[in-house]
Amino acid sequence: MHRRGPGAVRRSAAGALLLVLAGCGVDDGGRSIETDGELGGTLTVLAAASLTDVFTDLGDQLESDHPGLDVQFTFAGSSALATQVAQGAPADVLASADEEQLAAVADPGAGAPAVFAENTLVIAVPAGNPADVTGLADLADPGLTIALCAAEVPCGAAAGRVFDAAGLTPAPDTLEQDVRAALTKVQLGEVDAALVYATDVAAAGSAVEGIDVPEAADVVNRYPLMVLEAAPNPQAAEAFVDLVRSDAGRQALADAGFRLP
Amino acid sequence: MPAPLLVPALLGVAFLVLPLLGLLVRAPWSEIGPQLARPGVGEALRLSLVSATLATAVSLVLGVPLAWVLARSQLRGRSVLRALVTVPLVLPPVVGGVALFLVLGRQGILGRWLFEATGFSLPFTTAAVVIAEAFVAMPFLVISVEGALRAADARFEDAAATLGADRWTTFRRVTLPLVAPGVAAGAVLCWARALGEFGATITFAGNFPGTTQTMPLAVYLTLQREPEAAIVLSLVLLGVSLATLLLLRDRWLGRGAVT
Repeated sequence: MHRRGPGAVRRSAAGALLLVLAGCGVDDGGRSIETDGELGGTLTVLAAASLTDVFTDLGDQLESDHPGLDVQFTFAGSSALATQVAQGAPADVLASADEEQLAAVADPGAGAPAVFAENTLVIAVPAGNPADVTGLADLADPGLTIALCAAEVPCGAAAGRVFDAAGLTPAPDTLEQDVRAALTKVQLGEVDAALVYATDVAAAGSAVEGIDVPEAADVVNRYPLMVLEAAPNPQAAEAFVDLVRSDAGRQALADAGFRLP
Repeated sequence: MPAPLLVPALLGVAFLVLPLLGLLVRAPWSEIGPQLARPGVGEALRLSLVSATLATAVSLVLGVPLAWVLARSQLRGRSVLRALVTVPLVLPPVVGGVALFLVLGRQGILGRWLFEATGFSLPFTTAAVVIAEAFVAMPFLVISVEGALRAADARFEDAAATLGADRWTTFRRVTLPLVAPGVAAGAVLCWARALGEFGATITFAGNFPGTTQTMPLAVYLTLQREPEAAIVLSLVLLGVSLATLLLLRDRWLGRGAVT
């Protein structure tokens, strides 16, 4: 059973209940189940929105390998995820698009969580590139309609570093609240160009074309992954982290446009 | 007061007011001065007040006649029309913003003509903020005014007609004064909804300081990095809107009309 969105965590209780009715054993926490070394119960993964497609597929794979296991995802912006963890959301794994945000909620004694994927910025233009955008300098042209992410969110912070490194002052018409909102405006043809992640262009299909930005090669967004200290189902959490790091997991990430560290 | 009314009423008050209390308790009061002096805060607040007021004006001009049609005319398909008017209430605002793009954007059904003829496109302008807010907030006004019209005694209008007034004169001189408290209540609801509008605005108008960044947008983005500062900003928005509503209430409704 796969659910996306903020409602997912709440539904996990119902999933655990179904397993009880099916005659499986339940531990004191009422959530995680371990029978004959087999993974079971509910695994709750909080992940950055850009991981939606890859992680949903990997979750399906883990569920079919372990029939007793129910993987639930909450996909959201990295700062929203950090807030959820800080407010005590019952989750097992956190995969963030922002090392700083993750460090803020990580156990300080555990060392830096390992990076499993990297993402770089590219220019997204509507199919056919109506404004003939060729490179970063076009994003500094006030005559074009440009969407960037707001500086407060990770893709906007990264965009700021790219423009700084290139010595350009961008001329955005809108500062979007997340990268998908910027991409939507490209898909609708309402902006001439936006600076988004390579993975977003890969996921957007034929309505969007990507233009590589050489100046962005050094501004890499790194994705750390960790099992949360208070994980109710640590064995399943470790299994999911192992799957993400496996060859199959790395291939899925590469196919979705991620760079691998 | 009977307990079956008093107890749920008190629970209702607690339910509505406790989250606000939460904000007040968590607010970093010592930082309120520096937060207010941040660049862009005054600008966002001014833009919010101006655009919400313009959206309310648009809603009054279009919404009061629409409410009259719904309540008084013999038009066929009125119930369908009424259901259509409530669509923006049900639609998630972000979807409403995308829908506005599809009609008024530079690739939109109508916006394409405008763009090709004049080179002007609505999205990412202050006009787009007003449109997004009016789209989401106007149904509140229409429903309030329609309710007031239905409750008003139609015999006054009949009397005016028998005395020779045409329907337009009757509307202006009899109907409108009769339902003025309903119009005022609807306008207040509409203004408040427009002031807090987030989803349709950030989608259709985008977010740029000075042009389209209203307070709810500024609060949302501040929340990404500085939750404490975001609380201060939302309290500022709340304080200004409450003060405005209380002042208007004294002006409009203070003389014993409806209290």
